[in-house]
Amino acid sequence: MELICPAGTPAAFHEAVDAGADAVYCGFRDETNARNFPGLNFSREELREAIAYAKRKGTQTFVALNTFMRAGAEEIWYKGAADAVALGADALILADFGLMAHVAEKYPEQRLHVSVQASASNPDAINFLVDAFNAQRVVLPRTLTIADIARIGKNIRCEMEVFVFGGLCVMAEGRCSLSSYATGKSPNMNGVCSPASHVRYRKDGGELVSELGEFTINRFPAGEAAGYPTLCKGRFDIADSNGYAFEDPVSLDVMGELEALKAAGVKALKIEGRQRGKAYVAEVVSTMKAALNSPPDRRAPLLARLRTMSEGQKTTSGAYEKRWR
Amino acid sequence: MLIPPILSAPLHMIPIPLIERICRLMFGRIAKAHPGLFERLDEHRQKRFAFLPTDLPLAFVVVPGREEISVLRQPVEIEADAITEAPLFLLLALMEGRCDADALFFSRDLSVTGDMEAMLAMRNALDASNIDLQKDLAKLAGPLAPIARRVIGEIRDRALKDQNRPAGEAAAWN
Amino acid sequence: MTDMKKTSLTLGPVYYLWNAEKWRDFHFRIADEAPVDRVVIGETVCSKRQHFIEPHLAEVVERLESAGKTVILSTLALVTLNRESKQIREMAEVSEHLMEANDLSALAILKDKPHTIGPLVNVYNAPTARLLASRGATRICLPPELPFSSVKEITAELPDIDFEVFAFGRMPLAISARCAHARSKGKIKDNCQFVCGEDPDGLPVRTLDRQSFLALNGVQTVSHACQSLLGELDHLVEAGVRSFRLSPQDCDMVAVAKLHRAVLDGAVDADAGVAKLRQLYAAAPLANGFHHAKEGAVWVARTRSLQAAWPA
Repeated sequence: MELICPAGTPAAFHEAVDAGADAVYCGFRDETNARNFPGLNFSREELREAIAYAKRKGTQTFVALNTFMRAGAEEIWYKGAADAVALGADALILADFGLMAHVAEKYPEQRLHVSVQASASNPDAINFLVDAFNAQRVVLPRTLTIADIARIGKNIRCEMEVFVFGGLCVMAEGRCSLSSYATGKSPNMNGVCSPASHVRYRKDGGELVSELGEFTINRFPAGEAAGYPTLCKGRFDIADSNGYAFEDPVSLDVMGELEALKAAGVKALKIEGRQRGKAYVAEVVSTMKAALNSPPDRRAPLLARLRTMSEGQKTTSGAYEKRWR
Repeated sequence: MLIPPILSAPLHMIPIPLIERICRLMFGRIAKAHPGLFERLDEHRQKRFAFLPTDLPLAFVVVPGREEISVLRQPVEIEADAITEAPLFLLLALMEGRCDADALFFSRDLSVTGDMEAMLAMRNALDASNIDLQKDLAKLAGPLAPIARRVIGEIRDRALKDQNRPAGEAAAWN
Repeated sequence: MTDMKKTSLTLGPVYYLWNAEKWRDFHFRIADEAPVDRVVIGETVCSKRQHFIEPHLAEVVERLESAGKTVILSTLALVTLNRESKQIREMAEVSEHLMEANDLSALAILKDKPHTIGPLVNVYNAPTARLLASRGATRICLPPELPFSSVKEITAELPDIDFEVFAFGRMPLAISARCAHARSKGKIKDNCQFVCGEDPDGLPVRTLDRQSFLALNGVQTVSHACQSLLGELDHLVEAGVRSFRLSPQDCDMVAVAKLHRAVLDGAVDADAGVAKLRQLYAAAPLANGFHHAKEGAVWVARTRSLQAAWPA
C-alpha cells in the first residue's frame, strides 16, 4: 500500500519525501484547498521546486483543489488546475463536480482523485464519479467501517485511499456547516474549519477557555490535554449533563488495522495534517513507513510513540470500528 | 525541561539593554540568513508578537515588519497582538521547527493568547524557514557574539541532557 | 414588489422523528390548508427510522395529491449501507413520483430521470448546477449556507433552471455516521431505541457558558437559530429565485406557509411578516446571516441589509 503524506510548506514537503512518502499532497496558498490557513501552503514557484525535488526522489505529488468553487470566481480554481497540471502534478484531488467536469474535459490525461470532501460514501456515488469524470481514485470518507470499505472495494471501478492517521472529522466531510454557522467562514467555500481569525483562548481561573466566534467551545482544567477549537470536538451542555457531544478531542489511528485494510483492497493510506509542523510530518511519516515495512506483530510499539503528538493525546479508530457509532 | 537557576541567574544579572543588543544581533543575523522569513506573514507583518519563556523572568516582543525586537523584564504588562508562552528551549525549538506546535499545545506545554491568525502565520513562517540557530549564528561577529553563542549553546546542552522530554518534541535537538 | 405571481412554496421533508400519527396528521393538514405547491416527504436523516411512516405513506401521498400538491419523494442524506442504496434504486424503479436527491448515490441512480436536488447536495456554483441539470435535475434547492452573492451569480448564469432557497427552518448543518443524539442518552446508534423521537424539534445543545447553539436530530446536527429569509424574499425574487423551501419545525407550519405566501403576494410587508414569524415559532431566534455572507447564527436587520446593499 502507498503512503500518502501531507505538506503545508516546502520544508515539510522535503521532510515527507526524505522520510519515505510514496506521494505528498499539498495545495496552493489560497482558498482553492481545504487547509487555507494563514502562512501555510505553496506558491506556484514553491510547488514547481517541490515537484522537481519529489520527481528526483521518485515520489509523486498530488495537488489538492478540494474546496467548492465560489460562484462567479470559478477562474481561481480553473487557474489552479491549469497551473498544477502544467507544473507536473501526478494527480489533482477534487471535490466540486463543476471543477471535476472542467478538468476531465480540459485535461483528459490528468489523473483525477476524488477528495474526501466530495463525500462519496458508497459504490453508486463513486461509480458515478468514475463514469462522469474518469476519476481514478477515491479518498473515502471517515464515516465507513472496514467492512463497508471491503464491500465498496468489490463494487467500484477505481482505487481506494483511506485516512489512517491524524485529524478526524466526526461529521461527513464536505457536508458540514458547523464552523460557518459560528464564524461565517465556510470550510467548503473558504477552505478553513474553525478559522484562526475567530479563535480565542482565554484563561478563566485555572481553566483554558477556547472560543469560536461568539461561542464557547471548551474549558480545559489545568493539566488536561487540549484539542483544536473545532465544534465537533467541543464540550457542551445537553439536557442536564455536559460532555463531548460528538467526539472527544482525539485523532484517528487505524494503523492497527493495516492487514484488514489491505485485505479490503485499499490501495493507499493517507496521513492527515497539512497544518502540522515539519517535525510532525517527519516523525509520523518515518514511523509509519517503518511500521509498514515491519511484520504486523512488531508494529504496535513503533506506533505507540505517535500518540503523544495527537489531539488530546488520544487516538481512536473512529468509524472504522462499528461500535464508534 | 525548565532552565535551572544556574543559567537563569546570570541572565537576571545581565542588564536588559545588553540582552536586547544580543537579541538584536541574533535577530539581524537570522533575518539575513533567511531573507524570505516573514514573507508568509502577509498582513500580520506589522503586528507585535510576544514570546514569554515560562522559566525566565524576561519577555521578548518582536515586530517582524520592522525587524524589531525588544526585551522586557517580567512581570510586566505585555502589549502585544499575540502572546506565546512556553519554556525557553521549546520556544527556540519552535523557531527551528524542531517540534510541532500543535502537539505542544495539546500537551499544554505551550499556551497562546491573542490574535490567533497572526500567531498561526508566524508559526507557519518559522516552520517553513529552515532556521538552524547553530549554523545561522556561527557567523555572528563582534564583541557580543561569544556571549550569544554561549547562551544558545548552554540551553541546547540542557535540553539534550534532559531525559523527560515533553510530548511533541519530535526530533532530537542536535 | 416585482412579479411575484410565479413564485411557489415547497414544504421540505420532516427531518425529525415524529410519531407516525403526528406525521400523518401534519401532512393531512398541510394538504387541506397550506398554500404550498410541493411537498417533499420521506425519511431523509436516518434509514433506521424509515418503517415509522411507511404505514401512512400512501394515504398522505393521496391526500396531498388530491389537494393539488406535487409530491416529491425524499432520499437519504448519507448513504453507506447496501440496503440504503438498494432502497433508493428500487424507489427509482417503481415510483411514478418525482424524487429528490440528497447525496451522490441518488444523483447516480436518478440520472436521465427528472428529479429535484435537495439542499444537502453541494451546489456552490453554476457549472455544478449546469452539470446536475444536464443529468435530469429540474429544480435545485441551494445549500442553506450559500450567500446571496453566490445565489445571484448562479441564477443569472442559468436562467432556465428553477432554483429554490432554504427560506425557513433550523439549518441542517452536519450529518455523521455517529449518532450524537443516541450517545447523549447513553445509547449507541445500533441500539438507539429511537430516543431521537423524544425530541420532535431537536435536542438543544448549549455551550458550557449556557449559550443556545445547536440541536441534535439523530445523526444530523441542526442550528439552534431558525433560518428566515422572509425579509429577503424580494431580493431573491428579483434575482430570479422562484421557489422557497419551508423546512418543518414543531410549530404551526400552515400558518408559516400562509405568512410566506402573504409576504410573497405583497399582502403583508416583510417587517410585519418577520414580527409575526417570531410569534409563530418562538422556540428559536431567527437568523439570516448565511444569506448576508456572515455567521449563520446572526440576524441582519432588514434596514441594515438595505444600507449594506446601497452604501451612502
